[in-house]
Amino acid sequence: MKYLDEYRDPESARRLLAEIRRCATRRWTLMEVCGGQTHGLLRYGIEQELADRVELIHGPGCPVCVTPLEAIDFACQLAMREDVIIASFGDMLRVPGSRGSLLDAQTAGGRVQIVYSPLDAVRLAQKHPDRQIVFFAVGFETTVPATALAVKQAAHDGLDNFSLLVAHVRVQPAMEALVEAADNRVQAFLAAGHVCTVMGYESYTEFVERYRLPLVVTGFEPLDLLDGILACIRQLEVGEARVENCYGRSVRAAGNEAARALVDEVYEVCDRPWRGFGVVPRGGLGLRPLWQRFDARRRFTAIELPIVEPTECQSADVLAGRIKPTECAAFGRRCTPDSPLGAPMVSSEGACAAYFHYRAVPVGNS
Amino acid sequence: MAEDNPSAAWQLCCPVPIASDSLRISLAHGEGGRLSRALIRDHILPTFRNEVLMTLDDAAHLPPLDGPVAMTTDSFVVSPLFFPGGDIGSLAIHGTVNDLAVSGARPRYISLSLIIEEGLPIAVLDLVMESAANAAAEAGVLIVTGDTKVVPRGAADGLFINTTGIGELVEPAPPGPTSLQVGDELIVSGPIGRHGVAVLAAREELDFSPPPESDSAPLAKPIAELREKVGDHVRAIRDATRGGVAAVLHEWAEASGLTLAIEEHQLPVTPVVRGACELLGLDPIHMANEGTMVIAVAAGTAEAALSALRADPLTSEAAQIGTVVPRGVATVTIQRPLGPQQPLDEPAGAPLPRIC
Repeated sequence: MKYLDEYRDPESARRLLAEIRRCATRRWTLMEVCGGQTHGLLRYGIEQELADRVELIHGPGCPVCVTPLEAIDFACQLAMREDVIIASFGDMLRVPGSRGSLLDAQTAGGRVQIVYSPLDAVRLAQKHPDRQIVFFAVGFETTVPATALAVKQAAHDGLDNFSLLVAHVRVQPAMEALVEAADNRVQAFLAAGHVCTVMGYESYTEFVERYRLPLVVTGFEPLDLLDGILACIRQLEVGEARVENCYGRSVRAAGNEAARALVDEVYEVCDRPWRGFGVVPRGGLGLRPLWQRFDARRRFTAIELPIVEPTECQSADVLAGRIKPTECAAFGRRCTPDSPLGAPMVSSEGACAAYFHYRAVPVGNS
Repeated sequence: MAEDNPSAAWQLCCPVPIASDSLRISLAHGEGGRLSRALIRDHILPTFRNEVLMTLDDAAHLPPLDGPVAMTTDSFVVSPLFFPGGDIGSLAIHGTVNDLAVSGARPRYISLSLIIEEGLPIAVLDLVMESAANAAAEAGVLIVTGDTKVVPRGAADGLFINTTGIGELVEPAPPGPTSLQVGDELIVSGPIGRHGVAVLAAREELDFSPPPESDSAPLAKPIAELREKVGDHVRAIRDATRGGVAAVLHEWAEASGLTLAIEEHQLPVTPVVRGACELLGLDPIHMANEGTMVIAVAAGTAEAALSALRADPLTSEAAQIGTVVPRGVATVTIQRPLGPQQPLDEPAGAPLPRIC
């Protein structure tokens, strides 16, 4: 299959693995930012293969995982209202809130509809003029242009029954927060390839100059990941620190200008709480004043109830890369994809889910 | 008449346009009186014309079978009612026939019980019944008895169908997964995941091009050919419906107390299913099938089994996907082209309701 098989070729992967081992004179510590990359590294056994040369710290690039509990609780409350339908990407449905997930709300009679695109939520609003459709707008910059388009479409169609529960987050401020932490061990970054497809990578020049860390824009297939890792190692070995693009088939320096313009028109940068991080300054996007009539937090009032984070859940430490999922006492025991304590075990981009699904069978399966 | 919801279970992929003023099923059609009789007489009987059904007794009187009786029951609540490659009518027949066939029985008779939502266009019912009749004729089974109920708007999504199927065991049934032994070989009869992807794409109007098609089909004939050629060496056969091939493998691992080891690159997957799954983040091994089986045969007999299956157009792409090995830490393992051997997890209640 085109654009897939070439980038999964086992022979090429073995050559790249050998080259990485040859280049690295010591063990380096890299962070891959995006949860999709984490899944790739584990599914294809790359983390395991390179363990003696590369430590991979898994970054917080799972927007579902960093959506604040408060937002999930609010979504569940809205779902139980007679006059509301919550439209959401499927991934959000099983993330536990303080008092259950959206799926639990649906089972209890709440109205939740899975959509594959924010524009489907707009269509839902057109089909159900008697209901308020609230789209749960989760995601990094990759997803934001589509939700911006949905808002503009709703405005164009004169819909007064469509709104967004905005939980959009920005990658770079979180990376800055991580690097500035006293216990930071990350020596180079594999930057999120699909965020960069939208945003480009020009904004990372200043980041790299300030922190003196190599940053390589990396894709998601096994060969992309290995290319990115090799590029980081090569820079580290000679003491370089610059921005490099290893995902050229998708990413250009300026990104997608049309998408960025759309984002800029509808959203503005704001501080945003990240689950497990606290407030990340400039870490989120909110609707500009011109579009705030589409903000669900203005249209509906939340019932103030205590936010309950299960004490056993160590997702904050996992998301910040302080521990590996397997180092959490609850992993695989009291926390599994079927009964998750937190988001990373249930999201398709969550590190805990990746470790759970792609754990290697012991040699000989014994 | 209120405007139909454009996503009503029958609207999506309906093969003929239905005018908004077309005749509809009403609650009166289910009350057992004049309208009920007219519905059966004018819309159901003509489609399934056979001697047993025409007597219209409360129970069908069947002649003795040529062997012990096998019986199966199934309900069909698929949404949408029509999808590329089939509809709830053909699905009901294929699903029932296949349950009997994989159990070693020759399918003979089927009952058809309809629960119809008030407001369903009668023309839609006609299309579904015709499709069921064609499927039954193709599969060589008779629809011998049935029932119709009508429920208020909203109490059923268009149409639900329940079936009971009866077949005859003319030879001993395959012994089943408790008979699996180390060295046994695992086969799938065709490309996997087609039905689940087809129904999901249709329901969500995902507009893939070409639209993914269900594999819904009657498998009695290729199963008979398989048993004729390889007979005693067949350990178990199962159609891989909800939960896909993964669900069957887990069931068999549990029943046998052994580990089932499969190779990802040996799984036959069509480009359409592969593309759709990559896009949606799904795994074909977890997606439902309605015309594809998992078969376990004794060590060394896979070649002969494949040769028998590949002779039939429905199972021409049958392939060996793995082997049975001693029980290890993981009960089902998958070896991908890159990376270490990994456990294959059970499908975890994916958000894909109403696929069959």
